[in-house]
Order: sequence, then structure tokens, then C-alpha cells
Amino acid sequence: MAKTDKGPPDYRQFLPPIIKENYGKWKYHEHVKPGVLKHVGETGELYSIRVGSPRLVSVDFIRDICDLADEFCDGHLRFTSRNNIEFLTPDQAKVDPLIEACRAKGLPVGGTGKAMSNIVHTQGWIHCHTPATDASGIVKAVMDDLFEYFTRDDLPNKLTVAMACCLNMCGAVHCSDIAILGVHRTVPRINHDIIRKGTEIPSLVACCPTAAIRPDPKNKSVSLHNARCMYCGNCYTMSPGMEIMDAANDGIAILVGGKVSNARSAPSFSRMVIPFLPNNPPRWPETTEAVRHIVEIWVRQARKGERVGEWIERIGWERFFTLADIPFSDKLIDDYVFSRETYRTTAAFKY
Amino acid sequence: MEEERKTPRLDELERGPWPSFVTEIKRAAVKSEAADDLLGLLEKSYEDKVGHWKHGGIVGVKGYGGGVIGRYTDMPEEFPHLREFHTMRLNQPSGWFYTSEALRKICDIWEKHGSGLTNFHGSTGDVILLGTTTSELQPTFDEFSDAGFDLGGSGSDLRSPSCCVGPGRCEFACYDTLDMCFDLTNEYQDELHRPMWPYKFKIKMSGCANDCVAAIARADLSVIGTWRDCIRIDQDEVKAYAAGGLDIQTAVCDKCPTRALHFNARSGELSVDGEDCSRCMHCVNVMTKAIRQGREKGATLLIGAKSTIVKSAFLSWVVVPFMKLESPYTEFKELLSRIWDWWDENGKTRERIGELIYRVGMGEFLRAVGLPPVPQMVFRPRANPYVFWPEDEIVKQEQQAAPPESGQE
Repeated sequence: MAKTDKGPPDYRQFLPPIIKENYGKWKYHEHVKPGVLKHVGETGELYSIRVGSPRLVSVDFIRDICDLADEFCDGHLRFTSRNNIEFLTPDQAKVDPLIEACRAKGLPVGGTGKAMSNIVHTQGWIHCHTPATDASGIVKAVMDDLFEYFTRDDLPNKLTVAMACCLNMCGAVHCSDIAILGVHRTVPRINHDIIRKGTEIPSLVACCPTAAIRPDPKNKSVSLHNARCMYCGNCYTMSPGMEIMDAANDGIAILVGGKVSNARSAPSFSRMVIPFLPNNPPRWPETTEAVRHIVEIWVRQARKGERVGEWIERIGWERFFTLADIPFSDKLIDDYVFSRETYRTTAAFKY
Repeated sequence: MEEERKTPRLDELERGPWPSFVTEIKRAAVKSEAADDLLGLLEKSYEDKVGHWKHGGIVGVKGYGGGVIGRYTDMPEEFPHLREFHTMRLNQPSGWFYTSEALRKICDIWEKHGSGLTNFHGSTGDVILLGTTTSELQPTFDEFSDAGFDLGGSGSDLRSPSCCVGPGRCEFACYDTLDMCFDLTNEYQDELHRPMWPYKFKIKMSGCANDCVAAIARADLSVIGTWRDCIRIDQDEVKAYAAGGLDIQTAVCDKCPTRALHFNARSGELSVDGEDCSRCMHCVNVMTKAIRQGREKGATLLIGAKSTIVKSAFLSWVVVPFMKLESPYTEFKELLSRIWDWWDENGKTRERIGELIYRVGMGEFLRAVGLPPVPQMVFRPRANPYVFWPEDEIVKQEQQAAPPESGQE
């Protein structure tokens, strides 16, 4: 048996010499052009060439990028927190040939500075047991549609889009400029046999945030108060007997205006602006169109330096709905536990 | 295969300029029957508009309680190679730095034992190896272990800590995120590999307030680099930015959230009211060459972030405004163990630390882990008068009722 608890490989063995020499001593960086960063240290410069990836990749894809790293970067590369690949080289002369080689392999170069970065996303129908929609397919469709925004860097500010295929939000979409979120809209269908077979009923009852699930001792199962259910799917995680996927009613919600950076304004949550769009594979045209629409208005209307949320907070959400011509409904008014702080408690507002 | 698999819906996703995951599954399918079945299953989902994976079962490797996620299809007859299609998580190196040699090792081992499909990387940060059978789990792990890799976290354990690129490539790093991430991951191998807590616990380290790993949004303990003294301004570089066409008043001063910066257009000098600065990073971002962070660097510790399930999403909030972070991170680790002890003692099943604090109150938490309450912890103080007064701060009823002379010696 192999040794356990070795821990991850030591990152220091993977750092290129230029990084070892300038570790903690970087002076400044520049955005050379879309997809290319230059970091200047005491002993030289480091060029990072950022490349988009579908994230779900075969080992042959990884070998392809290894070939590129070997040819242009002495084998050095890294990945970013948004699933991009970054090739690392101290040699400026390698930058353009590397970009050409990436393009020849169909790898997009971009995503730096005031650009749209790669979409962080979840597993969806590829590998998840609770999805309300797919993830990779929607990401592919949206990135195809907004491709130009990945390859240019003259947007008002950076644009982070994230996709989560259910409310568990493994992709932590809740603080993104634009969040694409899979949602359920119908109550779970209780399979009493499965629950009787292997579900801890007290845990199942306790997991429901709205107390919609009640014990049903006579049946050795649970019952559901339908009107209280908000379709979060937490119960399905506790028991496979709470079947929540619903092909006819699952779909997508769009939330906008979140950020995690502390620059200028505090980190903030994304807010729902479209409660439901249909699941329409393979290209989800309603979703790609809705996202493009919001991005285009932001690019047109925002001041230099404003993230989506900063722009909307400046003009006001009421004004956003007018400008974007997105219908407002009671579904967009919070009625869960932290709702009151979102109600407008001033007589000053716009139209 | 008897006949070529037809996937008209998925084929549609091979068009367009963004690299296609469908093409990737097809590449893997050339060598792996499981990957080929995955194409068929996914096409079925695209037709049915539902997922075809069942609830996970408990699978794993010897000596570990986490790191493997069991997965079984609900259509084993049609897709026999997906009868078992488990995920393994490999703990990533700090900052996701690799050499091609290390990546090729991962590829070779995974191609031998699994579907050849991967995620570089999963949301928490691990390398995700998608799809292998129960009997292959142990041999896969053994080979990865021999090659210098280890499993990441899953279930109710410490999830693989992750960090930004830090001092490896960023002048904004206020502490060594790469080293701290590596150090903590090694220190807490038991917590990472053997689930023993109420629920998951995530630690993410960002070198500055730009927070490139979104620590404040998704880590139970968010470590965000900052400094305690004043930003440093290089007036020559300020003049160079102005000469280069930067509108310093509009792009920098007007966007300063505390209006702490002042640009004198006539002299071309930029000044700062140091006490007004909240260290948000905006000016440092825009004028990287001219404005540097202060010299006294460390991090702010924030607690409690998580996404929506179940009591709404939380952003982490401040519990330690400033802590110096240097190896071996003793002060940090001592605090962490007090936090874990308290959570382990008081948390309900599947209750994240943030939800527990919200349930029992911040005061209770601060007293339990021995942190002094400071105004940096809140945006503003409470607006209601409902203070839970501790007994030793109030005059007891019996003392009030007693005649004034009694009780005197």
C-alpha cells in the first residue's frame, strides 16, 4: 500500500527560474496586450500568456499544452483561479510565436485586464446528481457568443461570469458580475420506498430550511407541506428519495452585479434580474441572448472603471430595469430570511 | 464498438470559437469506453433535459475518508461503462504552478486507470479526475502517491486549501500565500483526509484585497492580505502617469471610496490622508508603479463565507483586522484550532461555521475563541436595544432586595 498523507507536491519545484529569482520582489506589472501580462522584477521580466480552456479536458489536451510549454516556456505553466492556462516565459521573443501556436491549436488568448475572463462553472449533466441544468454546454454557448469580449481588454472593467447548475452553487456564482444559475421550480417527489430503505428521517426533516418536510411516523417516511417548499434541493442531498429534477420545469435564473474584490466598493452578492429561462439545449439561445444583452448595455453605459454592480448601484436598480428593458416582477423581490434590508426605505428614487 | 455513436446535439457544441468540451470527451472516447459511454449519456441528458447520475455511494481508498466521490449512472444497462464512474480529487500544488513533466505524470497515470477526462481544476482547487471504477481506486491512488501526489478533501472535512499566485508573480502579495497554503495543507493532513466535523471547512488565501481566489465569498476562513501603515507614493512616477495621459483626478481620486487621495494638478503631486485610507487597493491597482502598499504587511482574517444553501449566502466578516503571517504561522494555527474546537463542539450536522455563529451570536463566538471585539468587525453597531447581558455585569435581585446595612462585615 502506498504512503498516505504525503500532502500535495511542493510548488517550489515547479517555479521557473525567473520566479525563483524575483520571488516576493516583483516591482510592477503591465498589460502588454489582451492575454499578455508582463511582470517586472529585480532580475528581469516575466511574460504570462493567458489562454482559455473548457476546463473539462482530456489528458491529450493537457499533453498538447505541455508540448507548448516545452517548446516556448522550458516546460513552465500554471492555471488561474478561473481555469485559464498561463504560459510563463522570461523571453519576450517567445510571446508572439507562442500566441500563434496557441491559435493554431484553437486555443483562445485573452482574459486579462478589462476583459471577460473564463466562466467558472460546475459539473452539470456531466457528473452531478442534483443539477437543474447542464453547465459545460451553457458555458460553451455563452463563451462562443461573447468570444470577442475575451479577446479584447477595453471593457469598462473586468467581467466575471459564473455558472452553477443548481442552488448548491459549487461554482460560488453568488458574487459574480453575471451569474447563470440552474433552478428548480417544483417540489420534490417523495419516494417512500427509498426513504424507508436508507434515510435518516430526523436529518432529512432538519435539513429543510423552511420546515416544509415533516416526519410521517405512520408511514415511516416524511410528508411535504408543498406551499412552504422553495425548491432548494437540500433534501435531495440528504436523501435520494426526494427526487427534485423536473425536465419540464427546471431552468435558469440570471443574477448580476456581484463582486469579490474590495477595490472601491465592498464585495457584494449578485442580484436576481431574470427569475427563469427555459432549459434549451444544446445552445440555450434564451440564456446567451440575455447575458449578451446585459453585457452590451454595461459596455455602452458604464463609466470607465465600473464593474457591473458598481454601474448599477450608481444609476440605481430601478433605472437598470428601465435601461435594460427587463420586466420586473414580484419574483425579484426577496421574501426569504434577509429580505428586509433590500426594501427601499427612502422616498428618493428614479424611474 | 459495433456502430458509431450518434450525438447530434452534442456535435452542435463542437462549432464556434471557444474550445469545446465535447471535442475533449470525444478525444478521450477514442481510448476509453467509459468516456465513449459518457458521450451517449450526455446526449441523452440533452434530449431528456435531466441528469442521469444517481446519488453517490461511499467509496474510497485505504486510510482515507475523503477525496473520492462515488458516482453511478441511473442507466447502467444502456451505458455499462458508467455503472461506476467515480471522481478522484488530487490536491493541487500551491498557486496551480506545474511543469510539463508533472502534468504528463498525472496524464499517464490517469489514462491508465480512468476515463482520461479531467477538470483543471475543480471549484475548490483540486485536480478533478473524472470517472473510474471502484476496483481501480486503490491502484490509482497508489500510483499517484508513488509519483508524489495526494488526494484532496471531500465531505465533512478540511477541503484542500487554495491560494492566489502571491509572491510568485504579484507585487501586491502582502504575505507568502503559496508558502502558507502549502504549510497549512501539510499541517492538517488528518483533518483534510478524514472527515470528522459537522460539515466542510474551507480556507482560502488571497495576497491582497483584490482577492483573486474569491476567499471572501467562499471560504469559511478567508485570509486576505493587507497592511497597517500608509501607502507609499512615488511623485516622479505620478508625474509619469499624468504625462502618459492618465486622468488621475477622475480615475483615481474620485474613485477612492474614502476620498483620501488629493491630486494637485498644478504641482502634479498626489497626496494621501493616511488615516482615511481603508486599503481597498483601487489606487494601487491603477497606478502600480507610483503607489505601493505600506511596509507593515500581514492579513485580515474573516470568517463564515458560503454559498446559498441553506440560510442564504454569506460573505466572510472580519474577526481579526490584522495579523502578521510568517512561517510557522503559530498565532494563526492556535486561533484556528480554537475555532475548530468550538465549531466541532457546537455545530449541528451540516452547519457551516458562519451559520453557527449566526445562530448563537457573534458575542458568544468571540468569547469562546478569545477574540477581542473591535469596531472593524462591523459596518455599524446594532440599532436595537436587545443586548444579552452577562450575569456578572448586572446587579442581582437578591442584592437589590437586601437592606442597606446587611451584607456589611
